[in-house]
Amino acid sequence: MVAIPSEIPSQPEARSPLHAPGLHESGLKHTSGEALYVDDLPAPPGLLVGHVIASPHAHARLVRRDARRALSLPGVHAVLFAQDIPGANDVSPVRGVHDEPLLATDEVHCIGQAVAFVVAESAALCRQAAALVELEYEVLPACLTIGEAIEKSLFIPHPFYPNPHVIRRGEPEAALIAAPVRIQGECMTGAQDHFYLETQVSQAVLEEDGAVRLWSSTQHPSEVQEKVAEVLGLGRHQVTVEVPRMGGGFGGKETQAAPFAALAALAAYATRRPVKVWLNRDQDMEQTGKRHPFWARYDAGFSEDGRLLALKADLVSDGGWSNDLSHAILDRALFHMDNTYFLPHVEVRGRVARTNQPSNTAFRGFGGPQGMYVVEEVINRAAERLALDPAEVRRRNYYREAPENQTHYGQAVEGNRIPRIHAELMTSSEYARRRAEIDQFNASSQWTKRGIAYQPVKFGISFTTSFLNQAGAFVVIYADGTVQLNHGGTEMGQGLHTKMRTVCAHELGVPVEHVRVMTTATDKVPNTSATAASSGSDLNGMAVKAACEVLRERMRPVAAKLLQVEGEPERVVFSAGKAFVPGLAQRTLSFEEVTRAAYAAQVSLSATGYYRTPDIGYDRMTGRGKPFHYYAFGGAVVEVEVSGLTGEHRVRRVDILHDVGSSLVPTIDKGQVEGGFIQGVGWLTCEEVLIDAKGRLLTHSPDTYKIPALGDAPEDFRVALLERAPQEDTIHGSKAVGEPPLMLAIGAVTALRHAIGAFGPPRTEVQLASPATPEAILRAVETARAPKR
Amino acid sequence: MDRLRFYLNDRLVEESGLSPTLTVLRYLRERAHLTGTKEGCAEGDCGACTVAVLEEDGKGGQALRAINSCLLLLPMVQGKRVYTVEALKEGGRYHVVQETLARELGSQCGYCTPGVAMALLEACHRKDLDEPWKLDAQMCGNLCRCTGYRPIRDAAARVAGLGPQDRFARALAETKPEPMELAYSAGPQRFFTPATLEALWEVLDAHPEARFVVGGTDLSLEVTKRFAEPPLLVSLEALRELRALEPRAGGHRVGATVWLTELEDYSRSACPPLERMIRYFGARQIKNRATVGGNLCTASPIGDLAPVLIALGAEAVVLSRGGERRMPLEDFFVDYRRTALKRGEILAFLDVPAQPSGARTIAYKVSKRRELDISSVSAGFRVVVDAAGKVAEARLAYGGMSARPARARRTEEGLVGQPWTEASVEAVLARLEEDFTPRTDHRGSAWYRAQVAKNLLRGFFQETLSEPSPRLQERHTATVQVR
Repeated sequence: MVAIPSEIPSQPEARSPLHAPGLHESGLKHTSGEALYVDDLPAPPGLLVGHVIASPHAHARLVRRDARRALSLPGVHAVLFAQDIPGANDVSPVRGVHDEPLLATDEVHCIGQAVAFVVAESAALCRQAAALVELEYEVLPACLTIGEAIEKSLFIPHPFYPNPHVIRRGEPEAALIAAPVRIQGECMTGAQDHFYLETQVSQAVLEEDGAVRLWSSTQHPSEVQEKVAEVLGLGRHQVTVEVPRMGGGFGGKETQAAPFAALAALAAYATRRPVKVWLNRDQDMEQTGKRHPFWARYDAGFSEDGRLLALKADLVSDGGWSNDLSHAILDRALFHMDNTYFLPHVEVRGRVARTNQPSNTAFRGFGGPQGMYVVEEVINRAAERLALDPAEVRRRNYYREAPENQTHYGQAVEGNRIPRIHAELMTSSEYARRRAEIDQFNASSQWTKRGIAYQPVKFGISFTTSFLNQAGAFVVIYADGTVQLNHGGTEMGQGLHTKMRTVCAHELGVPVEHVRVMTTATDKVPNTSATAASSGSDLNGMAVKAACEVLRERMRPVAAKLLQVEGEPERVVFSAGKAFVPGLAQRTLSFEEVTRAAYAAQVSLSATGYYRTPDIGYDRMTGRGKPFHYYAFGGAVVEVEVSGLTGEHRVRRVDILHDVGSSLVPTIDKGQVEGGFIQGVGWLTCEEVLIDAKGRLLTHSPDTYKIPALGDAPEDFRVALLERAPQEDTIHGSKAVGEPPLMLAIGAVTALRHAIGAFGPPRTEVQLASPATPEAILRAVETARAPKR
Repeated sequence: MDRLRFYLNDRLVEESGLSPTLTVLRYLRERAHLTGTKEGCAEGDCGACTVAVLEEDGKGGQALRAINSCLLLLPMVQGKRVYTVEALKEGGRYHVVQETLARELGSQCGYCTPGVAMALLEACHRKDLDEPWKLDAQMCGNLCRCTGYRPIRDAAARVAGLGPQDRFARALAETKPEPMELAYSAGPQRFFTPATLEALWEVLDAHPEARFVVGGTDLSLEVTKRFAEPPLLVSLEALRELRALEPRAGGHRVGATVWLTELEDYSRSACPPLERMIRYFGARQIKNRATVGGNLCTASPIGDLAPVLIALGAEAVVLSRGGERRMPLEDFFVDYRRTALKRGEILAFLDVPAQPSGARTIAYKVSKRRELDISSVSAGFRVVVDAAGKVAEARLAYGGMSARPARARRTEEGLVGQPWTEASVEAVLARLEEDFTPRTDHRGSAWYRAQVAKNLLRGFFQETLSEPSPRLQERHTATVQVR
């Protein structure tokens, strides 16, 4: 165990690590290169390398395939096609959907779709062999954009329900006609590449009994296990999947790690050798899906004082060529069309377009950001037209007391912390004073303008596919008092292992250093859900707690006997590596003394824990239900400066107040808030996914695809967690944090609009495309400046 | 033939039979089993592969420099000392950069972290990181997708300039330079690093088809992205003559193989317009390898140094066995990615002349992202205003506007003889459309390029009203700094 000199005050002996600042469980291992990722694992003897041959056409018929020349190269072990799959040629993640073959059969639907898999002794040899594989295509017409798909009526049907998904309340048509102010228009949000620093990677090794073991960089080891079993025609008991850790996931490894793992397993079966598949950056960006682009058409009615009276909106997402999770993502977009606002009369409808693009997938926020963007654009335009402070328009529309606390899908917004966050953040950020100063600055500055904005966020927590809200844990105590913790969640950097270790140490009353979090493995905790939907700590934390409680209750009688309070086990307290009876301080036991005694007394020292979220569900037919266990809330004040000459901008200052309930580990949560916010700024400003007329990705490496760099982080970045805000029925009063802060970044767009509008006359309605690149901003500035015709 | 010979984490390594275009990153991960160093992009755009190289600093001393190992070919570290993240921990104790990063929670997923740690290592041994913007410039070559950078920035502020007495300090003090000279072959590939011009001419006599390389930040992309195996490379890195960097005849002589970090330091006081361009030329790791000559000889239309050097009136000095010839830099670029160099010639120096009195000079780089990006439009402007307030000379050079870096001749002509006023500038802007027909690509549309080209000239006028060659503010919003 390593003592880290730290400014973070070390905790007094008797206190628990819970709710206290803590370091990342792997922090020092990261800084020393000791942290192992899948590609770092020592190569097993005989390891071969796999290489995907991907379709070069967006849509084509595959008319001929011939691998004979490739196979004649020494060192090439296999070239696998669809017909070489012993089980099901299908890796669709949703039960009952079978629209995603692992290897293309007779048709390819996007550039990057896997057609063949070359297995050879080196990556260089794979490339050489791939060039010799003869593939002949007959090119078919392709549909590349949402607009084209709408025109041609190409949509991906929901597997079980009619299209479109409609959520409706009241009489929006009548309310719109009666509304004094109408805001109508269309908007688009763009794709976003996950750009996890570690690209997709899996390694498969054969075991006895026809079994296979995989090491995969995946957020969803159980699904990898399921897909590998189906592809190979095995029982799941013959497939074991381990996840050491991921170098970032962000949703991109929720479903889309499985195909590469399945290819590695298939190749291991075909060659009887261990096989690794690792994508380089360009391959990863070309072959995997991104955040769904969304198109929306909206029609909103406001009162003269900025109250949103009615909203109708049509959303169409770009699903790419297959289902993946597109419908669940669309659902979440529709659920977040309200953000923090009460919509008296509303109808939102959503469909998924089918295009010849890689299948778009989960990305932090899972449709929520795309839905929220629409209502925020509507409110911004209304505020601009009415010459009102957009923050005030937002405030006037917040959810209120019942019945004005009902979302459009019928769930009550309980424990609404938005008014409190608004009040606290307005004061702490000095919003009013700064807004006045900015107006003065703008009046005196010709080429450079500033803007400020307030952005509230409400985000529903739970998988909206309700049965997924379950988790398991398996806790092992050894006789020497040290602990191994297994839980169903995966670590992708978000600090889940740190939090789970903290919960475990708290429950057992041991120092965190005595708890080792094991790699996630399907043979330790089975049938897990993806680590996704911000739910990792909520679900797994409860399961860890349950397992630890079982163990603690087993150890209590043992300790009670040693502490001479036999028959009164409830008086024993476990804390900071000790067991004692309060008031009887003369006698304390070390945790090790208790565990050794328990072992000698033939008491089992391992236990599983399980948790499922109670009382949630949603009826898609009626558009009513309670899909979420609770809501997370947050607010941000963002200040920007814009150049009217180049369209460049800078985020000058950001103040965030975010609600994470009673934070399990505040330092970890703060990191999630900061990182999520900047990732959202990237989506909305610099990250632009571009394709050419044939559907080829032009932005397939960081040379052309620009995620935020260090200088894009605000120089003044003030993040606080809402204090005294425990949440009911969650793990130690905490709330989910992974996704919600990303949407706070929409405040940057509102601030940009404020600055851009200042280049034009009063009441300028800004026309700003997303992402707000320098070019998009310069266009908006030029439009704002142009005299009205 | 020679063997590859270098020090890896202070142990001498000798290798033969390895491809001379094997990158240090691949060598570390696959041959040396040092997997701490990560590949994030294989093009120098993410920094996950950053290592530290201890080598001669061009001033007779040794320097410890953060470098992208993904673009570093093995022969480029001949005789040098390479350190990976595994070298940071000494005697079971974590290095101050490791402790600080962990304490600040500067890692989440940890994949970028080894590279961040090595960039911080350079920071803690640098003595000149005395302002916040310099920390940003030091660290901007490391992309992090998780943290939002605040904790990395804080960690950098804590360790910058600490100068710990670690193994690197000892190596800096004790290392004697070893020769880089190399004549290496493996299979069909060869790599020469001649140490004298005479040796270079001999190599060129024998191999007129040779390609030149210095830092490799551009050429290595052929290896890492297109998987090419160039058969014959000649490195100019060991030729001391080409490392010249000094005042000369009221101006400056800049050797072709001067690293951009050296030129950035030199030009801070000596030639502010150059520094203004180099600040955002690329990341620290890139500027630690990239050279002036390399940037000019790629003859890319978006090479950042060309416009500013053209504006400054620089001359290219070309050497061959037969002697020297000179030409204005704008004539060095003959077409898209083609220079005026003939076989057997090398670009040796850039001679920047003394600047005329009354000159106003600025360089601009506009890109989608300020740091670590390629220009959408770049520009170098020099306007000389006479005692009567009239424009005596105008040199308006642009990158990103045509197939090669070029001057806006029609616009220049329109300005000369006119009073240097806002009205004169506005009057000539339309001429830019005669000078250039820019293209649309993923970095910007034709409309954007044309609009920005005009606006940069507007901004140039405004900016130089109070100062002839304004420096960049510490942290600023835009390329052009006008209210």
